[in-house]
Amino acid sequence: MDVVLLSRLQFATATMFHFLFVPLTLGLSVLVAFMETKYVRTGDETYLRMTKFWGKLFLINFAVGVVTGITLEFQFGTNWSRYSAFVGDIFGSLLAIEATAAFFLESTLIGVWIFGWNKISKKAHAIVMWLIAGAGTMSAVWILMANGWMQHPVGFTIRNGRAELVDFAAVVFNKFAILEFFHTVPAAYILSAFFVMGISAYHLLKKQHIDFFTKSFRIALVFGLIFSIFTAITGDMHGVHVTETQPAKLAAMEAHWETTTRAPLHLFAVPDEKNERNSVEIGSIPGLLSFLTRHDFNAEVRGLKDFPKDERPPVLLSFFSFRIMVALGALFPLLTIIGWFKRNRLVESPGYLKIMLWSIPLPYIAIELGWVLAEVGRQPWIVYGLMKTSDAASPVASSQVLISLIAFILVYSLLGAVGFYLIAKNARQGPAH
Amino acid sequence: MVLQTIWFFLWGLLWALFFMTDGFDFGIGTLYPFLGKTDQDKRIMINSLGPLWDGNEVWLITAAGVTFAAFPTVYAVMFSSLYSVLMLILFALILRGVSFEFRGKVDDPRWRKIWDTCIFIGSFTPALLFGVVFANIFKGIPIDHNGIYHGTLFTLLNPYGLLGGVLFVMLFLVHGALWLAIKTEGDLHERAASVANKLWPVLLWVVVIFLIASRFFTHLYDNYLAHPALFLVILITVFALLSIKFFLAKRAFFRAWFASALTIVGSTFFGIVGLYPNLFPSSLNPKYSLTAQNASSSPLTLKIMLIVVIIFLPIVIGYQIWTYNLFKGKVTKEDLAYEEAY
Ligand code: HDD
Ligand code: HEM
Ligand code: HEM
Repeated sequence: MDVVLLSRLQFATATMFHFLFVPLTLGLSVLVAFMETKYVRTGDETYLRMTKFWGKLFLINFAVGVVTGITLEFQFGTNWSRYSAFVGDIFGSLLAIEATAAFFLESTLIGVWIFGWNKISKKAHAIVMWLIAGAGTMSAVWILMANGWMQHPVGFTIRNGRAELVDFAAVVFNKFAILEFFHTVPAAYILSAFFVMGISAYHLLKKQHIDFFTKSFRIALVFGLIFSIFTAITGDMHGVHVTETQPAKLAAMEAHWETTTRAPLHLFAVPDEKNERNSVEIGSIPGLLSFLTRHDFNAEVRGLKDFPKDERPPVLLSFFSFRIMVALGALFPLLTIIGWFKRNRLVESPGYLKIMLWSIPLPYIAIELGWVLAEVGRQPWIVYGLMKTSDAASPVASSQVLISLIAFILVYSLLGAVGFYLIAKNARQGPAH
Repeated sequence: MVLQTIWFFLWGLLWALFFMTDGFDFGIGTLYPFLGKTDQDKRIMINSLGPLWDGNEVWLITAAGVTFAAFPTVYAVMFSSLYSVLMLILFALILRGVSFEFRGKVDDPRWRKIWDTCIFIGSFTPALLFGVVFANIFKGIPIDHNGIYHGTLFTLLNPYGLLGGVLFVMLFLVHGALWLAIKTEGDLHERAASVANKLWPVLLWVVVIFLIASRFFTHLYDNYLAHPALFLVILITVFALLSIKFFLAKRAFFRAWFASALTIVGSTFFGIVGLYPNLFPSSLNPKYSLTAQNASSSPLTLKIMLIVVIIFLPIVIGYQIWTYNLFKGKVTKEDLAYEEAY
């Protein structure tokens, strides 16, 4: 197998695995900080127990998030060295800023939070958690800016055979990156809210620690409700922007082959890439795609056939990851709105609680598919319009990459199994008395 | 250009700070199976670095990130040339990181045994391999004019490279033993102090051999001979190394640790100063070497990054010192009873 393919597989494995843990870090840190603040404000011991219980799950998750992040930092150099040399001037600095401005704070303070209960005041301890949450968010800002630049490069010129920075502000205020931020971070909040609601539902179904878990559930519910609506809105804005910046991705995620006005939206379709058409189309609504992407039912939307064959992303994968993400994106507000009406009689709604328990994996699926769409839909480009993925890999032996890929799969499977086992074990145990 | 020179030394400084901070974590992790006789000893050892190791590790992430930002070509060529070694280091760091968190989460001796092994492997491997990597950089790496590496993992395991590995392991062992002596009391404290005492002469010999070997395997001394004032770097390092023993004899462990930190920074700078202006010298032809001049980012990026570093580095150092200070006391049995402890 060739180095490019192996490197892609390895990168996809490593990033997707990292992003199994990142969202919970981002969201649960905010929730735990909120609980601890409640404790400091009210002195109510329940909130202290909540802080400790959810905090413990947060820490196990955090540990795996940290160690898998380092892999990514290394991989640009080990596996994508041609890419790194080409974009380092811009992309590298964003990663370096992320480390100095965010990771240091997060990783230094996490130690203070774990070990500092008796060393600093209650109030300072709660502030530390807010700072951890803030630092996590800052790291998302910078890394998504880096990713946004690959999706839609701005503020550069090609000089000395590489992309050199000319306008830092353009890179920082890249609209693509801003939309990614306001879509990804709220998505992470949804995931954390469903995590907390699901585990709370488990205990409420067993009728144990009722007060504790009703309170937890309600905090998460509000959080989830707000952000599931927010995520859908920014997702729509994202779609509009993708139409302008990456028309081929848009065409692929909608399985839209011909350039037409009054472009239809297919609720369901099975793209047939070989014959450049959809073998099945169900529920096509004329004009809706034009409306959603250009806010005009009669607007023209470019189809896949407009692009040379070797500049089209994989249609099937883009289409289905988008469809499933959006379907789930519609489900989450629904579930949280139902929850809102049941918020005062959760224990009497075992049906709803069961659904919420089994919903824990759903935001994980949505969030991973979102990234699959963003990244696979960008293909064949590694930097959209500038550099192809096939030109980006390191000049290393494919055997090296194969071995490391196998090692990653083994180590990560084990790590994932142990990590989720420990989270589940501690979640099931419930809070200390 | 001045900017590139500043970045060259900042680059060296970040690596030095990484070795200085995470170095004692690696040292303690390597001593772990030997000094940790009982489970309580082991827990005290882990908890002596519990609040600190994660923040220390970020120096590595920053050093790598700054290589990427300031010298993208070096980052590209260095990381792809050293592919297999870096993967080994990476897996080691992954195992070490999760072990601290996972070890105490299931109450079963076999479970703890697994993570104990991972802590040792995860600490010893990076200590050794970072030494191998840096010694090889001092010596020159077989890269051609396209930055393509002509060698394998085993090319790096040459005598000088391995000597570098031994040097790093010894430096970190002493550094770790001293930290442990500061953080513990009673029997464990005595054992840590005695290990530091026993390892120090070995370290001294390794340093002397390394300094001599560098004369034959590398061109590091060219810069020193051209500017004899630079020999000060070596003098300070040796002086710091000798003061470790001096303070050890007086049982002033914190000062000894400080001297050891200075020794590590000095040893790193011994190489960095000798390398200048090369960041990644080629052993095939000096013309292929990557230097601060031919491998750097654009002046604009270097300027922006300099501003970022000037603002954030002091802040980072400030709150890291605050954290060290917060956790400066000894780790005791009572601390282990505390539910959040590892
Ligand atoms: C939207 C957010 C997000 C995204 C897209 C990524 N990460 Fe991440 N990363 C985080 C959000 C985050 C975090 C929430 O800040 C983590 C998780 C656990 C932690 O400690 O911080 C983290 C940890 C983390 C660490 C360890 C930091 C430490 O020791 O504290 C590194 C080196 C990276 N990441 C690097 C990357 C790279 C190179 C990515 C791109 C491919 C990447 N991350 C994607
Ligand atoms: C954390 C969330 C992310 C996930 C789940 C994710 C997922 C993926 C996937 C599935 C691929 C493989 C695509 C393919 O080869 O078909 C990929 C490729 C890639 N992604 Fe991401 N990605 C994420 C974030 C990022 C970020 C933040 C960056 C940059 C800062 C990035 C940079 C890359 C690069 C360099 C590649 C390899 C080249 C390529 O195949 O296009 N990714 N990612
Ligand atoms: C209902 C509405 C939703 C819409 C219309 C929507 C729309 C989009 C679009 C158009 C993209 C592609 C951006 C790109 O190509 O880079 C995207 C990416 C993404 N989506 Fe969604 N989405 C929705 C719901 C969700 C939900 C519920 C989640 C997770 C819980 C989610 C997570 C993501 C992630 C992680 C990405 C990749 C990062 C990014 O590009 O922002 N989305 N979404």
